[in-house]
Amino acid sequence: MTQEELTTPNLPNWCPGCGNFGIWTGFKNAAIKSGWDNTNTVFVAGIGCHGHMVNFVKLNSFEGLHGRPIPVATGIKMSNHNLNVFVFTGDGDCLGEGGNHFIHAARRNHNITVLLHNNNIYGLTTGQTSPTSRKGLKSKSTPDGNPDEPFKVLNLAIAAGATFVARVYSNDIAGLSEMIIKANEHKGFSVIEILQPCITFNKECPPAFFTDNTYHLPSDYDQTNILSALEKTLEWGEKKIPVGLFYKVEKPTAESEFPQIATKPLVSNPVQKRDIGELLQTLC
Amino acid sequence: MSNKVYSIKIGGQAGQGIKSAGLIFSKIAARSGYNIKNYIEYPSLIRGGHNVMQTVFSLDEVYSPIKTVDFLIALNQETINLHKDELVKGAGILYESEDNIDTSSCADRCRLFPIPLKKLTSEVGALPIAANNVALGATVALIGADKKHLFDLIAEDLSVKDTEVVKINQAAAKAGYDYAEANFTNKFDSILSSQSNPVKKMVMNGTDGVGFGAIAAGIQYAAIYPMSPTSNILSILAANQRKYGYIFKQAEDEIAAINMTIGAAFAGARAMTLTSGGGFCLMTEGYGLAGQTETPLVIVEGMRTGPGTSMPTWSEQGDMRMVLHSHQGEFPRIVLAAGDAKEAFTLTMKAFNLAEKYQTPVVLLVDKNVLDDEQTVSELDYSGYQINRGKVVTEKDSGYKRYEVTEDGISPRSFPGTGNYIIANSDEHNSTGYSSESISDRNEQMQKRLKKLVTCAKEDMEKPTLFGQENADITIVSWGSCKGSILEALKDNPRVNYLHLSWISPFPSEAVIEELQKAKYLLDIENNSTAQMAGLIREKTGINIKDKFIKNDGRPFFPEEIKEKINSILNK
Repeated sequence: MTQEELTTPNLPNWCPGCGNFGIWTGFKNAAIKSGWDNTNTVFVAGIGCHGHMVNFVKLNSFEGLHGRPIPVATGIKMSNHNLNVFVFTGDGDCLGEGGNHFIHAARRNHNITVLLHNNNIYGLTTGQTSPTSRKGLKSKSTPDGNPDEPFKVLNLAIAAGATFVARVYSNDIAGLSEMIIKANEHKGFSVIEILQPCITFNKECPPAFFTDNTYHLPSDYDQTNILSALEKTLEWGEKKIPVGLFYKVEKPTAESEFPQIATKPLVSNPVQKRDIGELLQTLC
Repeated sequence: MSNKVYSIKIGGQAGQGIKSAGLIFSKIAARSGYNIKNYIEYPSLIRGGHNVMQTVFSLDEVYSPIKTVDFLIALNQETINLHKDELVKGAGILYESEDNIDTSSCADRCRLFPIPLKKLTSEVGALPIAANNVALGATVALIGADKKHLFDLIAEDLSVKDTEVVKINQAAAKAGYDYAEANFTNKFDSILSSQSNPVKKMVMNGTDGVGFGAIAAGIQYAAIYPMSPTSNILSILAANQRKYGYIFKQAEDEIAAINMTIGAAFAGARAMTLTSGGGFCLMTEGYGLAGQTETPLVIVEGMRTGPGTSMPTWSEQGDMRMVLHSHQGEFPRIVLAAGDAKEAFTLTMKAFNLAEKYQTPVVLLVDKNVLDDEQTVSELDYSGYQINRGKVVTEKDSGYKRYEVTEDGISPRSFPGTGNYIIANSDEHNSTGYSSESISDRNEQMQKRLKKLVTCAKEDMEKPTLFGQENADITIVSWGSCKGSILEALKDNPRVNYLHLSWISPFPSEAVIEELQKAKYLLDIENNSTAQMAGLIREKTGINIKDKFIKNDGRPFFPEEIKEKINSILNK
């Protein structure tokens, strides 16, 4: 695939300066570098600003319902595990409406990659508090300040059973491409939390907030230790927002648990009428 | 002159093996050359609470449970207390002799067979639950059945793999048989004597029909969250997936189940999910998603009572309007309803072809009573069934458009991996699949989707079935599990016929109008409180069926009730 081949007739309709532009570019660059095309790749999007992605990347895609991209993606992967399967989702989509699917897909370790656009706010509905908004945040739905604690996304992902857990800033396009490729190569449930500014509705976190406060996990950081990884995911503050790969472990994937697809994908078998004489015999 | 219909009931606490004993008994009857219909009642409990299973049998066809009981196996006092009024004069009662069971309420009109069930069970070294086998053995002796069938069936029980346990269970049955032979010189009547060269028959319920039908139809994928009364279909699909090469996955909830199934269908798998009314409520979101994205999807909806949790293990026909109207907006939905086990089988197979041909959700409604209650089926011919996956593009086509506008409303599908560029979009979209809110795209795509139902009505929809003679004095209209009770009530009654509806959407309006206009008197029968089918008929045909005979206490109609209703009309 080339940039041209990935391009659709539609121009992105995100606000100028939106973090989605970085994610869009980072994903397309990763696709070009890795040879993801319509013979081998599908992505599923939820509903939110991120969901419009289906109109801007010329790859097989499914735009489903708010909160539900993960189950659609796991259904696709179980049916054709030769496909690279990506999920684009947001903090509201993935952790509000779709929280149950997120933790259970992580628990089962489906071999898919979740790109979690996290702008700590509901953008498409014009600025309400999200499950990752900080306590105290004033928004349209919390004019007196958000009374609730936010999810610590990566902590939740690791605790639920995700086997590849990373964080990247949306405008670090090269770093994002590299992480998406690594996540896809990982056999298991990969979560990349992508920190992104919502320049329209989250004035607290402009691009400068992320460039000023993020730092890369040091080269001697141990990505295999679940306890230190869990601890690291709790770190958040001025100059103290770690980015990079927090945790990675090899475990059997959900798809590998089906012996019936051990040699080839489910859909590579033609649909055929089956003789059920043996089953009917049990009724006599 | 028709053959007599007998009824035997076994009752006890949940956990006493009532259902397994009833199933074995009904298979003894089937192997002896009889037709059977089972009816089970149980509470939503695992232990305790009253369970009862009735087997109705006859050398003629039998279609439904009846109100009376000829032989009662009472594993506890409660069984006698609850069912004494159903006993016919001269009925047999087999009960535990060492539990001080009080039979005074019915002793004067019944024949009593007290048996030390627990004692005989422990004497052969069996677990207490095997008392049901002792009771079966004694029953077989008392009603003149062939004990070989009982011993064979105990040995064939697939859930018991240990040969020692099989032997002990057989010994328990033999102990019961021998005790009855030795202690009751005046036995009960030989109502189940083995017929010579009986035709081989299956004892099958709607659960078997849906599960086996799905496997026969080439199912590749099912994601399901358990819910009564469809959990036993889930069990069939789970147990057979490796052998037949499809995938079953238990989802975290019904929302995930339907979305996973939609993902699988989008990827090219022949896919289904199933649930009950409460689970369907959660699925309604995905239901419309399948409609909007034009993803094939089979949903089996096992109807139990509602609303809320209501009575989880009892039957109702209350969900028809829900599946016809749930989800925002409008999309084509194909809705079918099964009236018995055989229909559950054939309609499940059909549903897969319809879903793939029309690329839209197909709901098969099955009453709890159809799912749970077995009946004899002598033939299940699916040799004429052919897989139809509809329009599918498997080769690369650079001009491929997922939502291409066509005359019949059906755009060719293609699957990820073919190289074709495929977008499934829940946003309104243009013919490629890109989100669009333009007037022309909206009108074009809405019309295209809804056109599919028009095509389906033309090419696939079936007429309702008329049972009985033309020109009857009364025409009954109904659907679902009421079929059995109505057919039972209509035996030997040429003055009444029955129009059975199994296509609900699209609705066969012309055929229904034709039949109903011929009728002299119309009677609607339904297991719900608002006569949903009568309402639908009025909506689709303008015909107002004034006489509605409805029941919504969770129990089926009994043929006696229908006969009484018929007589009250005929005697007016």
